[in-house]
Amino acid sequence: MDLPALANCVTSLSCIVTQSTSGLIIGMLLFLVAAGVSLIFGVLKVINFAHGSFYMLGAYLVLTVYGVSDSFLLAVIAAALGVAVFGLLFERLIISRVYGSQVLMQLLVCYGVILILDDLVKIIWGPEFKSLGMPPAFQKPPYLVGGGVVPVYYLFLIVLTLLIALALGLAITRTRLGKIVRAVAINPGMVSALGINTGYVYAGVFMLGGLLAGLAGALAAPVRSIVSGMGLSVVVESFIVTVIGGMGSVAGALVGSLLIGLVRSFGTIGFPLFTEGLMFLLMAVVLVLKPSGLFGREG
Amino acid sequence: MRTSSTRRDCLLALIVFALIAVLPMLWPSRGMSDFVIRLAAFGIFATSLNMLVGYAGLESFGHGLFFGLGAYSFALAMQRLGTSIPAALVLTLLLSVVVAGIVGAICVRLKEIYFAFLTLAFQMLLHSLIIAWTPLTGGDQGLTGGVPRPPFLGIRLDQPYHLYLFSAGLLVLCLLGMRHIVQSPFGYTLRLIRDNPARATSLGINVWAMRLAAFVIAGAFGSIGGVVMSLFVSGAFPDFAYWTISGEAIFMIMLGGTTLFLGPVAGAVMLLVLNDVVTKLTEHYGLVLGLIILLFALGLRKGLADYLAELWRARSAQRLAMPLPAAAPFAAPSNKLSGE
Repeated sequence: MDLPALANCVTSLSCIVTQSTSGLIIGMLLFLVAAGVSLIFGVLKVINFAHGSFYMLGAYLVLTVYGVSDSFLLAVIAAALGVAVFGLLFERLIISRVYGSQVLMQLLVCYGVILILDDLVKIIWGPEFKSLGMPPAFQKPPYLVGGGVVPVYYLFLIVLTLLIALALGLAITRTRLGKIVRAVAINPGMVSALGINTGYVYAGVFMLGGLLAGLAGALAAPVRSIVSGMGLSVVVESFIVTVIGGMGSVAGALVGSLLIGLVRSFGTIGFPLFTEGLMFLLMAVVLVLKPSGLFGREG
Repeated sequence: MRTSSTRRDCLLALIVFALIAVLPMLWPSRGMSDFVIRLAAFGIFATSLNMLVGYAGLESFGHGLFFGLGAYSFALAMQRLGTSIPAALVLTLLLSVVVAGIVGAICVRLKEIYFAFLTLAFQMLLHSLIIAWTPLTGGDQGLTGGVPRPPFLGIRLDQPYHLYLFSAGLLVLCLLGMRHIVQSPFGYTLRLIRDNPARATSLGINVWAMRLAAFVIAGAFGSIGGVVMSLFVSGAFPDFAYWTISGEAIFMIMLGGTTLFLGPVAGAVMLLVLNDVVTKLTEHYGLVLGLIILLFALGLRKGLADYLAELWRARSAQRLAMPLPAAAPFAAPSNKLSGE
């Protein structure tokens, strides 16, 4: 524990700004993954433990497409769409076969997929750490806010993710499609009796989850090192976010992700050894006080 | 009835232990004895997980917490405190009971998926603590420098045959202990809670306390698996607390089946053999193991032993349901009776 360092930080504006921005981008990237985990959990009652692998695939795809095309925008779009297709295949071919099985059977299937993907990634891209490097469009001097450093890319990431969160929230609460998704989450039998193919909805939710996770991996590539197995901590954190925010709630996922991001970035200063412990502590407190999560419905 | 079945189990355990003890004389092979020691570690560990999954209906995805905890606390007690092996074993058990009590108190009231992931979260917490707390644990390099093995009660674990016997003895003792627990009234209470918690509550059973007790017992046994492993490798490594350990244990009990008491041990044998064969044939261990898991989970959807048992039951049910063939009329029942 290093409380004096934490106290020093929260009394200096520059440190607050720097740590908050880094916490925000951790939270924003996490949100993109957690929103998918939370949606899939809310609608299908299945925890997609392989969601972290979607994130990893996004990062590797962007690496390859960027290397070939030299366009970051194109690479990000290709990675997101590629992982969305992968999510669709994963749902149709694999996870749909264990709906209604024991939870452990579902986790076991995901475990198998994770093992395969982690190894495939090593075979295709090599076992060593990779990095993308900052795309030229973002190689500009960072903004200085109150003495704190805010890189351009961070700002872009935060604004983009907030827009996505807004669009996702509106799509789920305001559109017809969103209404169908929410209805399936509550009573799939009734929805299917009303003539809606719930199988399409399940597949669609997985595709959306894949799209978001792929996007997260792609956007993370310039600021994170890319390595086989990078998805696991993300999926565990996503689950923590889902618990804190309440399952199936976009607003909950956003708030939960930002909380975790800030806890991580300030935690590394005050409790360098116990940063992860702080997250679990936060989750335990929420579970005890409000088991359905901050934004979850009761029951 | 109960005493006789207990006596039968004890006898069986003795016979198995005697067989394991003479095995190296008939088949002196380093690979074989190493395999038995590893089997002891994973057999204890997988069976303890099955106490939770199969008997109490608590689907833990973080049981590796206790494997890692057992390995590290035993190795650290031996290295840092210089205690005797039994004392280190007792310390390890105490520590895992305390940890299981705390983690269990938070987790066991949660619904399935929450329970699975929260236990995993606690396991990852231990893993990150091990990685971060380098001065104590050696960080990601693992706890090296060897685990001292002072002799006790005439047992010298620095000798391979003694270690082999000690591990096999622990395996047999732990299995016997767990068998006794799941066949006790407490074990039947767990089955009732697994099948119908509401009914258990209405009968006045404190479901939370029973589940917590099961979690603590399973955690304590699971840590013994870690102890055997740390004796075997003479150290402890962060991988022992990594989530893949839990994944492998789940695969073991899924392979062997959750309904038979010895199913997880059979699963441990199968997975260890599979491990050895695959790692010898290819370096892409994860790829092959993952494919096997998928084939198995999507094809059978249940434990191999469960599947065979069900197949057997279905076939005998079919035989009973079949109309009597014309060639065996009712005319000659006396023959049949006298034949038996």
